[in-house]
Amino acid sequence: MQIPYTVATRPDTGLFNAKLGVWLFLASEVMLFGALFSSYILLRVGAPTWPHGYDLLNVPLATFNTVVLITSSITMVMAWASLMMKDFKKYRIYMGSTFLLGVVFLIVKGFEYGGKFSHGIFPSESTFYAIYFTLTGLHGLHVIGGMIVNAYFWGSGSKMWKSEPERFTNRVEVAGLYWHFVDLVWIFLFPALYLL
Amino acid sequence: MEQSHPVDIKKHVRTYIAVFVALLALTIVTVAVSYWHLPITYAVIVALIIATIKGSLVASYFMHLISERKLIYLTLIITFAFFLVLMVLPVLTVSDKIVN
Amino acid sequence: MANAATAHHHVHDDEHHHEELGFWQKYVFSIDHKVIGLWYMFTALVFLFFGFTLMMLMRWQLAYPGQPLPGWIFMGLPALIGIVVLFIGGLQRKLISLMGVIFLGLSGLIWYVVSDETMMPGGIMLPELYNSFGAMHGTIMVFLGVVPLAVGAFGNYVVPLQIGAPDMAFPKLNAASYWSYFVGGVVMLVSFFVPGGAANSGWTSYAPLSVIATQGQTLWLFGMVALITSSLLGSVNFIVTIIQLRAKGMTFMRLPFFVWTQFVTAFLLLLAFPPLEAAGVMQLMDRLVGTSFFMPSGLVVSGQILPYTGGGSPLLWQHLFWFLAHPEVYVLILPAMGIVAEVIANNTRKPLWGYKSMVYSVIFLGFMSFIVWAHHMFMTGMGTTISTFFQTTTMIISIPSIIILTALIISLYGGSIRFTTPMLFALAFLPMFGIGGLTGLPLGLAPTDIHLHDTYYVIGHFHYVVAPGTIFALFAGLYYWFPKATGRKMNDKLGRIHFWGSLVCMNLVFMPMFIQGLAGVSRRLYDGGAQYSHAQGVLYLNEVMSVGAWALGIFQLFFIFNFFWSIKKGEKVSENPWGATTLEWAATPTPPPHGNFLTIPEVHRGPYEYSVPGYKDDFVPQHVDGQLVPSQKTKV
Repeated sequence: MQIPYTVATRPDTGLFNAKLGVWLFLASEVMLFGALFSSYILLRVGAPTWPHGYDLLNVPLATFNTVVLITSSITMVMAWASLMMKDFKKYRIYMGSTFLLGVVFLIVKGFEYGGKFSHGIFPSESTFYAIYFTLTGLHGLHVIGGMIVNAYFWGSGSKMWKSEPERFTNRVEVAGLYWHFVDLVWIFLFPALYLL
Repeated sequence: MEQSHPVDIKKHVRTYIAVFVALLALTIVTVAVSYWHLPITYAVIVALIIATIKGSLVASYFMHLISERKLIYLTLIITFAFFLVLMVLPVLTVSDKIVN
Repeated sequence: MANAATAHHHVHDDEHHHEELGFWQKYVFSIDHKVIGLWYMFTALVFLFFGFTLMMLMRWQLAYPGQPLPGWIFMGLPALIGIVVLFIGGLQRKLISLMGVIFLGLSGLIWYVVSDETMMPGGIMLPELYNSFGAMHGTIMVFLGVVPLAVGAFGNYVVPLQIGAPDMAFPKLNAASYWSYFVGGVVMLVSFFVPGGAANSGWTSYAPLSVIATQGQTLWLFGMVALITSSLLGSVNFIVTIIQLRAKGMTFMRLPFFVWTQFVTAFLLLLAFPPLEAAGVMQLMDRLVGTSFFMPSGLVVSGQILPYTGGGSPLLWQHLFWFLAHPEVYVLILPAMGIVAEVIANNTRKPLWGYKSMVYSVIFLGFMSFIVWAHHMFMTGMGTTISTFFQTTTMIISIPSIIILTALIISLYGGSIRFTTPMLFALAFLPMFGIGGLTGLPLGLAPTDIHLHDTYYVIGHFHYVVAPGTIFALFAGLYYWFPKATGRKMNDKLGRIHFWGSLVCMNLVFMPMFIQGLAGVSRRLYDGGAQYSHAQGVLYLNEVMSVGAWALGIFQLFFIFNFFWSIKKGEKVSENPWGATTLEWAATPTPPPHGNFLTIPEVHRGPYEYSVPGYKDDFVPQHVDGQLVPSQKTKV
């Protein structure tokens, strides 16, 4: 029993199922992070004083991380483009790079958090730190999730390229959409927390 | 996306690289502006504008939204409307209080 | 069964190749939407029963405050049910017997709770326990009972069949949704066993009380995270399925109204739940890590200053909670309206009146539901401007509701009404939902809400919508679709007793609440208002409502027995005993096989072509071809 439109696109919508599915999932993620941004706004507006992010946080480090994530976005889209051009070797290089850039991002994040913890600064320190750790922490969890998926598609999951190349390409495209979204959230997170 | 020719993809690759450069440039801009320590309202507006441009680039080109189907657009527009509601309304309820 | 396709060269993990599957493969590890739908149904019914029992326990305290509770009755009821169901199932019908065992387990849980001397010394309910029951009754009924039944069970089982699809778009994700729900449910039940008992800060879990509450609240939060995940995965599945897997010819405007309601519901779940997930994470952080998202500065509890840095906002929790919880109430009612629409069209033998208006209304309702939430917060000190905004949107949202209700009522006019058991419930839904909706108006208007907020009036209002409203519709659906899943009908006589008894008792329980609320009796009082002078005149109603509630419980026995007995020994019926036009009845065998359709149907007409002139039957299924002469065309 086959589910229709798992690989081929449905004529009137022009979409295959997983693509619509992932965009819907991303819509829900917009609302998830939106709730945290909304909380940030409410808490900051209601606070008598609120520190500037650039006074408390390491802006150069975070800028570096921003560049890392943007670069990982382009390697991700190049991974998919390589599959579209039927170049599996290039795909593996790009997908591998995406994963490695994710590792770099997390290591830098580890330094950031470690720096704070070693000075006795935890989420309970203030509402600023509470929202900082929660927003970046949830984002970090999403990065880890994306990396797990990407690792699978780089490793054992890539076997599907031999048996069903089009379906595999679709999967990588869908994983890419998720990964770009993670980058997109950071694009807003970075100025909101670090630069204002 | 439908099966595209390798030639089409190569054109896309050029676009991707252009977007990448733009994103890097905008990142530098937004960090630089933050060093000016603008008054908070202006700082927020500028940061938001730059972030929106960057985000739109990622969405339009890396995520192919610019050539995506109406259905996806519709879903995203609806989502964005509710996102705005979530950003704006709660803070309005605390800024307009019944007793000062 | 269709092609015994053994020559698949791609072995998809979700293929079963139509071999006879063992018990475990078929029922436990299945990814078939119908099996998953049935799992949701059985689980939800158990939770509904448990949540109902919590209410019956509370009503003892309200009717006879401070008197020892006869625990043996309350644990005896599920025990009795368990034994009877076990007897019905025996050794042959293992699934039925499993349900019997579960009821026995439930009775054990209830026994544990009512004999706990720390919470119920001498059989007298402490206020803390009463509050636990209140919070868990609400949580269980809404999140573990009604929504899983309305969406998880009915949605999963019926939607793919009604649109002509072989299954949901993502069958494995569907199974994951169920198991996530199951885990959430288990976590919620486990919370009764931890020190301090289950959550006791209301189903609304307002901060700062919930932040300083006992352990059970932490489990509540984890349980909610699992439940929200289940919902989110499910909603993606429903939307993709309805958009992508409709059979050829099944345009959006030919969809049965039930599918439309599930479609809009899925969008509500998709976009409204995430803020509560975020809020849940933040409350967990407040409780476990010491953050102050919701903790204001300088909070003093029992003479002690709390060790929080403060700066947080209790109102923030309320915003994020109600941002979900308002759309959630539309999640509760929309599938019900869908079921009522199906049953009414079928039992009047004529098309629904105003189908198009109903569709536009339900879409508009979905949108509006996102911008009314602060009508739950009129008493939080919001200014008049913003209050007016929410009051206005709330008034506007009543319009599509009224349109849908009116269309359903007008649909009866000129019909050949068959008073089948499902139709009785569907008909009763109309005035009951009407009362529920109308009583919402003084709550949605800020000035009158000043008097009515947090009183029994509110409880009366929302219970009318959910209990003789949604739950009646769900009963209608159970009686209606029972023959599709089993090939047998439920007994009509027992059904009528169930119906009339429930209808009378529902009104006995909930109508007096308006009176008490108008008198000013607050909700969540463990003694039902006995301490307040303004409540004295209406205290006598507590016993009336409690007796009504217990009688309501007795009448459900007729349903429970009927349900399990009929699975085994119900009157056998044909494949389309109700003479329905929609695909789940007309185009697939009973019960539908894996893959649903022997041949994928092609749709040629609208969903309610009943009494079409020129046809010998009084119904024409959607997939039946044939030209209609213009003079014979039916307006749908």
